[in-house]
Amino acid sequence: MAEVLIDKLCKSYGSAEILKDIDLKVEDGSFVVLVGPSGCGKSTLLRCIAGLEPISAGGMTIGGRQVKNLPPAKREIAMVFQSYALYPHMDVKGNMAFGLRFAGTPKAEIEARVAEAARILQLEPLLKRRPRELSGGQRQRVAIGRAIVRKPQVFLFDEPLSNLDAALRINTRVEIAKLHKLLNATIVYVTHDQVEAMTLADKIVVMNKGRIEQAGKPLDLYYKPANLFVAGFIGSPAMNFLEGHVTGSGRVEAAGSGLTLRLPSSCKPGDKVTLGVRPEHMNLGAAPGPLLQAQVDLIERLGETGYAHLRLPTGQVVISEVRGEPGHVTGDSISVGFDPVRCHIFDAAGRRIE
Amino acid sequence: MRKPASAIAVHAILGLYTVLALFPIVLVVMNSFKAKRAIFNTPLQPPMPWNFDPIGYAKVFGDSAITSYYLNSLVVTTGTIFMTLLFGAMAAWALTEYKFRWNTLLALYLSIGIMVPIRLGSVAIIQLVSDLNMINTLSALVLVYTAQSLPLSIFILSEFIAQIPKDLREAGRCDGLTEFHIFFYIVLPLIRPAMATVAVFTMIPVWNDLWFPLLLAPTNGKQTITLGVQQFLGQYITDWNAVLAALSTAIIPVLILYVIFSRQLIRGLTSGAVK
Ligand SMILES: Nc1ncnc2c1ncn2[C@@H]1O[C@H](COP(=O)(O)OP(=O)(O)OP(=O)(O)O)[C@@H](O)[C@H]1O
Ligand SMILES: [Mg+2]
Repeated sequence: MAEVLIDKLCKSYGSAEILKDIDLKVEDGSFVVLVGPSGCGKSTLLRCIAGLEPISAGGMTIGGRQVKNLPPAKREIAMVFQSYALYPHMDVKGNMAFGLRFAGTPKAEIEARVAEAARILQLEPLLKRRPRELSGGQRQRVAIGRAIVRKPQVFLFDEPLSNLDAALRINTRVEIAKLHKLLNATIVYVTHDQVEAMTLADKIVVMNKGRIEQAGKPLDLYYKPANLFVAGFIGSPAMNFLEGHVTGSGRVEAAGSGLTLRLPSSCKPGDKVTLGVRPEHMNLGAAPGPLLQAQVDLIERLGETGYAHLRLPTGQVVISEVRGEPGHVTGDSISVGFDPVRCHIFDAAGRRIE
Repeated sequence: MRKPASAIAVHAILGLYTVLALFPIVLVVMNSFKAKRAIFNTPLQPPMPWNFDPIGYAKVFGDSAITSYYLNSLVVTTGTIFMTLLFGAMAAWALTEYKFRWNTLLALYLSIGIMVPIRLGSVAIIQLVSDLNMINTLSALVLVYTAQSLPLSIFILSEFIAQIPKDLREAGRCDGLTEFHIFFYIVLPLIRPAMATVAVFTMIPVWNDLWFPLLLAPTNGKQTITLGVQQFLGQYITDWNAVLAALSTAIIPVLILYVIFSRQLIRGLTSGAVK
């Protein structure tokens, strides 16, 4: 296994700059997840690592080797595509052995590696089937098997679970996590799914418009988002943002009410700030901290928990988690509170204030 | 489910069409087994013991030249199919997969061949072939037919190659395959139905063609069968037994080639419709 170092990578198609100054370190044996809105360049970055797209500027090393000008085959990477990209005219075994055959691997070695991968992925009974005779989850496992047999330095996954149904997705997610432990593999993984990102990653990289907004441990991103974009992107439902301004030392006026918070001394009265509160840190009724007046717009019940959509006097809608059976109905006037310690504060430029 | 009435109507129309299409062929085959008198007196009567006469076949197979004409046709046709498929698929792959400077222009240039019939260039072709000292060679025919068939096959194969998911070729690249490996081991197997389709409609006009054999390889035992049969059609007497027998036997090789390709062909015709 090897580490991947990306240094000031830029990528443009013609005049369109898709990736700008990407600096990223993927530690040896770590699981890095790329997340971001659609079109932000996640797949492009992954394809640049794979060598399927030439990079416009910057450099990249895999295991200490400069790979900028190497074709995919020479980079010792394996890629798992969203569409699986299995060769339809070969059986499962053929699919897994295909790359090795051309690499000149001895026959016995190929057999051994395919058997090993089939054992790990429980594909043994399926080795003689064609891809079209497999279910989605089985195809996905074959695609992963094809990557494993090559014993690559780095595994690249592009939304590998997005074609699976919800139950299978959870299963396969667990499988991938186990596989990572088992192979001690370096993995770069692209996903849209928050849960996948939070559960699988050693490091999450949040991308937006071709730049990295923040990279860090999942919980660091959750508890200490570096800016408004990351704060809004990580967590579901998304964090509530309240526009406000500083009125005095430690006092903020936001959402039509005055709140007392602990603000760092750098905040001057009159500064614009944005408060961020996650739905799971809000409480209907009694709360340890500041209270806001609101009207219930809608309550979504998911079972144990639910989400209340609340309209503030300013017209803004915030979402609060509710536990148990709330006695409220649409139109009720209630007060909602939050713990000031769990409130994130961002300055006018959207950066986090500690 | 389709209503039975309309199913019957469809089958009736198809049946009628089949009868119409097969009628002349059946007529030729039937009469090839009959004596000359019976051919003219009762052309619609099937061969019976009293009018049966295999003299046509005896003449055709007794004439060693005719056998070699068959071989010529077979060599020219299979050679053309092979060259057309190989170069057509390669060109189609290059034009769809690689972005290079003159890509669009080249594709346009090649598609001109679909619109302009190659026979318009006959004079220039004769000149070229004779300058190359290739008159009366089968290679000349194969080259001309390959040129004739390439434009349309490139056009059709490009469409099919474009349908192969991009991920598949990239998976191949990640697997460490060279571009040639990707072409021969991934692209070609996946466009087999399309290649069978192209093979069939490359083969039939080539097998039946009279024009270029007449111009480029008319003598020296290099005649193709369609040209070779002409020797039985004289200015004053025509040996109908031999002509009909030769035509009947000429059906067989194309039929065999067709059967070889047809399993693929049927898939080729429907695979586009389903997707
Ligand atoms: N071949 C190309 N030519 C021009 N622009 C491209 C090309 N491929 C991608 N792009 C552009 O690059 C940007 C990033 O694309 P990319 O596929 O990396 O997005 P993504 O983050 O993977 O999105 P998604 O989550 O929807 O898969 C998009 O705006 C896209 O339009
Ligand atoms: Mg993508």
